Amino acid sequence: MILSSEDWIAIALTLKLASLTTLVLLLIATPLAWHLAHTERWWKAPLNALVALPLVLPPTVLGFYLLVVLGPKGWVGQLMQQFGLNTLPFSFSGLLVASVLYSLPFVVQPIQAVFSNFDKRLLEAAMTLRASPLDAFFTIILPLSKHGFLTAIVLGFAHTVGEFGVVLMIGGNITGETRVISVQLYNHVEAMNYQAAHSLAALLVLFSFSVLLGLYYLNRGK
Amino acid sequence: MKLFKHTWLALTLCIGSSSLWADEVQVAVASNFSKPLETLATAFKAKSGHELKISAGATGKLYAQIENGAPFEVFLSADSKTPKKLVDAQLAVADSQFTYALGKLVLWSSTKDSIDAQGEVLKKNEFKHLAIANPKTAPYGAAALEVLEHLGLTKTLEAKLVQGENISQTYDFVSTGNADLGFVAWSQVEKDGVLKDGSVWQVPEDLYTPIQQDAVLLTKGKDNTAAKALLDFLKTPEAQKLITDAGYGLPKAN
Repeated sequence: MILSSEDWIAIALTLKLASLTTLVLLLIATPLAWHLAHTERWWKAPLNALVALPLVLPPTVLGFYLLVVLGPKGWVGQLMQQFGLNTLPFSFSGLLVASVLYSLPFVVQPIQAVFSNFDKRLLEAAMTLRASPLDAFFTIILPLSKHGFLTAIVLGFAHTVGEFGVVLMIGGNITGETRVISVQLYNHVEAMNYQAAHSLAALLVLFSFSVLLGLYYLNRGK
Repeated sequence: MKLFKHTWLALTLCIGSSSLWADEVQVAVASNFSKPLETLATAFKAKSGHELKISAGATGKLYAQIENGAPFEVFLSADSKTPKKLVDAQLAVADSQFTYALGKLVLWSSTKDSIDAQGEVLKKNEFKHLAIANPKTAPYGAAALEVLEHLGLTKTLEAKLVQGENISQTYDFVSTGNADLGFVAWSQVEKDGVLKDGSVWQVPEDLYTPIQQDAVLLTKGKDNTAAKALLDFLKTPEAQKLITDAGYGLPKAN
């Protein structure tokens, strides 16, 4: 294993991106999953489909639209510039936004699955005991949905680590800002540094395998 | 006997469809030249009847594919290094390598008037992002870095550089406005010798090493007459006219 300092920068950046993405996703996905698990309104199916979209879309499609929409000529980009904000492509925040969209189904779906099986009568019981909604969430819902959340965290994190196509489209290959592990690995391959590529690739295989192994052990003890 | 007859028939068919009477050439081409090659293919077919099967990709990627047994017979690279490497690895025929086109580097913006004809815009440094192709893998990217080095701007502009995976993606960055300006190939932004839109600085050729795009006959195509015919065709005035029309230069006759 020979890792250069640039490799380490890419690794650190990837871990930072994956952690922040997972955190943001938990905040968004939890209410979204609860809603999807319990609503019977007409938008349930379309919303489900929308959330699942990144599962089937090639990352290049997402990357392309982000580049066009978030860029200075796109409507989001123009809106941001009007508020005096920098446009998102070629920046870490841009990658964060992209990763959140890209990994959304991996976090929403496991949580949604446990929420669907959640016995709502427990909540009613808690309410009659004058528990506040927040109280009820942390003392009843969260402990009972632990497995769903753990799966969501692991999958969301791991999937972001493995992200490639979107980053390639909007990242711009900047050290310490947008050059994540997968892009660094790709650079090595393209530059025909196969030895360096091997080290990073092996690391990723090892990481992914351990993550999945951990997940299976975790869910076996359910 | 019947079996023998069938084998014979099959054998004849095989020979008939491959080396001796082949009228198909598998061409691997660097993505920057894939459009011109389509025009060239039409002209080549009209002249010889041979048909090209084209696979476009980044030079480095095509190299890896050839190294691993891809069925290409002719390789049109974006540089001269990679064909040389293929020759050294005996994956290409030694004396077949020649320069079919010279890439021209330009500084381009998709907005009018934002680039002056002398490229002073680089020194003024009032932009946010300058796009270049990955200098480690794309010849146009390496040339762009040379230009900055020559102008003494490497240090000042380093933090503003964004890299496209190849020259096409670099073009995308600029055309979508995500990068204010970028170093791209003249062939990408011209039509019939005139700039299509935006503004441009034709980088003087003494600021970078010429981007020699070399063609080579691959070992897999050494018995294919159509493959050799294609390489000969690329040296004809007719083909060279199409190449210059597409925005490339030609090597000086030596």
